[in-house]
Amino acid sequence: MAPNARPMRGPGGRRGMMGRGGPKVKNPGKVMTRLLNIMLHYYGPQCLLVVVCILGSSLAMVQGTMFTQTLIDGYILPMIGQANPDFAPLGHAMLKVVGWYALGVVCTCTYQMVMISVSQGTLKRIRDDLFTHMESLPLRYFDSHSHGDIMSLYTNDVDTLRQMISQSIPQMISSVVTVVSVLVSMLLLSVPLTILNLLMVGLMMLITKTVAGSSAGYFAAQQKNLGKVNGFIEEMMDGQKVVKVFSHEEKNVEAFTQLNEELYQAASKANGLGNLMGPINMNLGNFGYVVVAIAGASMAIAGFGGLTLGKLASFLQFNRSFNQPISQVSQQLNSIIMALAGAERVFAVMDEPGEQDSGFVTLVNARETENGELEEVPERTGTWAWKVPYGDGETMLVQVKGDIRVEHLDFGYVPEKTVLHDMNLFARPGEKIAFVGSTGAGKTTITNLLNRFYDVPDSKIRYDGIDVNKIKRDDLRRSLGIVLQDTHLFTGTVMENIRYGRLDAPDEEVIAAAKLAGADKFIRHLPDGYNTMLTGDGANLSQGQRQLLAIARAAVADPPVLILDEATSSIDTRTEALVQKGMDGLMYGRTSFVIAHRLSTVRGSDAILVLEHGRIVERGNHEQLMAEKGRYYQLYTGKFELD
Amino acid sequence: MIKKLTPYIGEFKLPSLLTPLCMIAEVVCEMVIPLMIASLVDDGVTVGNLKHVVVMGLAMAAVSLLGLLFGSLGAIWGAKASTGFSRNLRQGMFEHIQTFSFANIDHFSTAGLVTRLTTDVTNIQNAYQMILRMCFRAPISLICAIFMAFRVNSQMAMIYVWALLFLSVCLVIILSSTMKIFPKVFEKYDELNASVQENVSAIRVVKAYVREKFENTKFKAASGNLYNLFVKAERRMMIVMPLMQLTVYSCILLISWKGAHLIVGGTLTTGELMSLFTYCMNILMSLMMVAMVFVMVSMSMASARRISEVLSEDSSLTNGEKPVMEVADGSIDFEDASFAYKKDGAEVLSHIDLHIPAGSTIGILGGTGSAKSSLVQLIPRLYDVTGGCVKVGGLDVRRYDLDTLRGAVAMVLQKNVLFRGTIYENLRWGDENATDEQCREVCRLACADEFIDTFPDGYETMVEQGGANLSGGQKQRLCIARALLKNPKVLILDDSTSAVDTATDARIRAAFAEKIPGVTKLIVAQRISSIQHADSILVLDDGRISGFGTHEELLSTNPIYQEVYRSQIRPEDEEGGEA
Repeated sequence: MAPNARPMRGPGGRRGMMGRGGPKVKNPGKVMTRLLNIMLHYYGPQCLLVVVCILGSSLAMVQGTMFTQTLIDGYILPMIGQANPDFAPLGHAMLKVVGWYALGVVCTCTYQMVMISVSQGTLKRIRDDLFTHMESLPLRYFDSHSHGDIMSLYTNDVDTLRQMISQSIPQMISSVVTVVSVLVSMLLLSVPLTILNLLMVGLMMLITKTVAGSSAGYFAAQQKNLGKVNGFIEEMMDGQKVVKVFSHEEKNVEAFTQLNEELYQAASKANGLGNLMGPINMNLGNFGYVVVAIAGASMAIAGFGGLTLGKLASFLQFNRSFNQPISQVSQQLNSIIMALAGAERVFAVMDEPGEQDSGFVTLVNARETENGELEEVPERTGTWAWKVPYGDGETMLVQVKGDIRVEHLDFGYVPEKTVLHDMNLFARPGEKIAFVGSTGAGKTTITNLLNRFYDVPDSKIRYDGIDVNKIKRDDLRRSLGIVLQDTHLFTGTVMENIRYGRLDAPDEEVIAAAKLAGADKFIRHLPDGYNTMLTGDGANLSQGQRQLLAIARAAVADPPVLILDEATSSIDTRTEALVQKGMDGLMYGRTSFVIAHRLSTVRGSDAILVLEHGRIVERGNHEQLMAEKGRYYQLYTGKFELD
Repeated sequence: MIKKLTPYIGEFKLPSLLTPLCMIAEVVCEMVIPLMIASLVDDGVTVGNLKHVVVMGLAMAAVSLLGLLFGSLGAIWGAKASTGFSRNLRQGMFEHIQTFSFANIDHFSTAGLVTRLTTDVTNIQNAYQMILRMCFRAPISLICAIFMAFRVNSQMAMIYVWALLFLSVCLVIILSSTMKIFPKVFEKYDELNASVQENVSAIRVVKAYVREKFENTKFKAASGNLYNLFVKAERRMMIVMPLMQLTVYSCILLISWKGAHLIVGGTLTTGELMSLFTYCMNILMSLMMVAMVFVMVSMSMASARRISEVLSEDSSLTNGEKPVMEVADGSIDFEDASFAYKKDGAEVLSHIDLHIPAGSTIGILGGTGSAKSSLVQLIPRLYDVTGGCVKVGGLDVRRYDLDTLRGAVAMVLQKNVLFRGTIYENLRWGDENATDEQCREVCRLACADEFIDTFPDGYETMVEQGGANLSGGQKQRLCIARALLKNPKVLILDDSTSAVDTATDARIRAAFAEKIPGVTKLIVAQRISSIQHADSILVLDDGRISGFGTHEELLSTNPIYQEVYRSQIRPEDEEGGEA
């Protein structure tokens, strides 16, 4: 009860509600089977126990109801009028019922207790599997799905599943058991009355379905209007400061009032019809009861079909026991369909293929022996080697130097749109290569391909002479330190966030990295220094400070090759000049790729590549390019806009 | 807290009153039925009076149809009242938020306001509906059923009273102990989802540093924690079901045993025994319903609290008495002005003294966190000073009517926003009565015309939410144009041309100098080239004025300015200078 009465929270709440208009499940049977398979796989014996206990619990209930008949017909009526009625036989019969009831209570207790572990355990597994699988998905997946949709899997879909597994499934099982056993009992008591009863139930379901059908349209309208209102709220709350600056408050309220009114009109009708289901089910149930009672009473008086008063009493009680689970199931049906639709989306994500990796070359720490050969060592030495295995079990070590070559590379995120055209570039070990070009020219794409965020055809990119597709993906990424355009921080302390670059780095090295990145000064000004908690993606820090932390993170990772993608774009030029010194120290002797908007940042590079529409149009160092008086010259002298 | 919300029921008082009445009427109908059944069985069936059976039967059918009528009316009015209440709440909050100052908005955060306006309102709507439809229905049903049971046989009815007492005590104990755990569970649940959110948006970082396994371990630990809490809470809750069953079964057994004796003794009829069985279920189900309403309502209290927080937040900026409706000119004076974002918080600006004559162009420069934005936000009174004062046109900004002041002081915010709509519509935020020609004119000034003209739909081009379909530089120029349309006396650009290339930036500045010479212009920038030619340049450092003078003056006297200049200047220019 309480766990499911939980108010819905979070911005993801909308899509789940949308389902009320008429959720669609493509393949309910398959989804249900898969879900049950997961439950049975991990909790087979427990599930069996649950089913057995539900059976026991329902059986006890039916036995109890059957007793009401024997109570009146078998014991009470015969005793009426006796001078010295003997209650002993009744006492014995009741002891039996006590036994049944006790069994029922024990069964209910057991199955509920077990069901909690089963449902919560299954959900934990689904959640864990979903998360683990999500982490393995290629970036392409995150590009093509909005973050809101991905989040909704956790906040809505898994949540509706929780309700279904812990509530709807046990209720379904017990309802089916009850309905079947009650039906059998009713048939035993009176066949004609049973048929009449079934007709009444059929009528009830028909009316319910009609009302539900007519409310569906209003629910859809409600969801549409709710979406509009919420969209307007999000946009306006986001721009509230602009609203203030332009004194636009009144016009804003005017627009909102209209949307709000439309929502009210739709919601009022949709909810009204939705609410009708309860009274309709209940009062039609009562009506059915009355019909059966009259018919039964007439039959009992006429002595038709051997119906006795006691049998009628039992039958009428069965009537209640029969109608209740049916109306419950019909009310649960919507939430089951919603949950299945959610499960289908969750499973769809789990079926997405993860990142492919056919690489076999690994990255190891190495040391040069006296005779100039490389040998593998367990500890960090500052020297790395590629360990290339041969078919015969032998391996060869190739030193990681940072020689990167891209040859005739064509690439597009989607097949219809090529982003890089016949890209050719090389970086000699230790060189600083800069990419310059407007947004969409393909700068970030190149770095995305270097660390295999996206797959490229074989032999197009070589790293120290090795095709990057042959290097194990994780090892390739470990060899490349990357500072991304958008800085992301995790909930945790500043120290933990920097240490993300290398988990085993001791505090001193973390602090040294922060100093190198020029972050030490502001960190020390934070309330708890390096132990300051960051929350909400570092919302309490300025964009520039976040970038400094990201640089420190790369510095502590201390990788052979560095990629800096607009790493200093939000840092003011004076601070940048300070950071630049640290960065130069970091980049010294390492191959590094730098993407920057500010041309002052890239001036000292060994080679500057000017990109336009996915093609390299110029290459050379600053002096050469200035002398060429080409695109770079235009950019540098402010005659051309970069954006 | 509740008092803050109740006025918003407004015009829905009548349905709010009628709904519980209908629900009560429905319950009464429901309660009469078992009574009629007893009469049908005893006076009809047992004595073989078929006429009585039919009459009673028809009466029962009528009563249950009456119940359907009341139930349906309750359903419809309940929906009307609750959705209407939520409409009024949403409206009230939205309108109230419009009066918020920047400080108020900062207090709640954008995401906080969105949640309160959306999810929290929905929660309240559901809880209100529950209160109207169940809060009276369930207790009345309980009382009716007991009353009926007493009418049938007071001896037997006492069994129910004891059962009810027993269950109530158990429910109170169970609920009060679990209600403490559940908020914790949901807190953990939200935390888990927040960490997923973090992973989704930072997926590139996770992958770049090969931290998938690390994140998986972290997640599994958190989800394991949640699992334990959930199981703990649900185990306590679970007791309710078997306990309920135990009570119902005990009642049935007791009634059967005692009933048999009474019937044989002639003080009870079989029909009455049957209706007692029905009341037994009614009483205990109603009790469960009461418990459920209680849980639902107390869980929605958190939402009610969050909403009333918004409603009771007073705007920290209001018009004074007899506000001045006219700004004399564009002169700006800071007199010993100090400012802190939070009361008793650290001062971000301390003792600023600054005098800017009308019509001049002022550049403002300073490192990250030097309080440049804070300084300029004081001028259109987006925040109030905490010490000293700020004057525009020779008058303290607090004496002006807010709309008047903000109409005269146009500000282009650093974090700026465009809205869904055409370019024309976005521009007219500056002046809703502006003609197309006036719109084009300001776009020419802001050098926005050059890219707008390249769009197939020109000024009718639809801007997506947040200006997603425009580049950074294009957005900035549109925002400047929008501010210019106000025809202001003071124009403040807070780092508003950072994404615009230097050549265009220079053309915008030239256009300003030529076309709007009388407007006081304050330009916050990081690029020296953007402010080099200003009449005066203000250098801020850590909330204090480090220097105020022309480019040449600062270059010879101000070390910060020199440093910034050096970090941006091109070597060939320097060489040229020396040669």
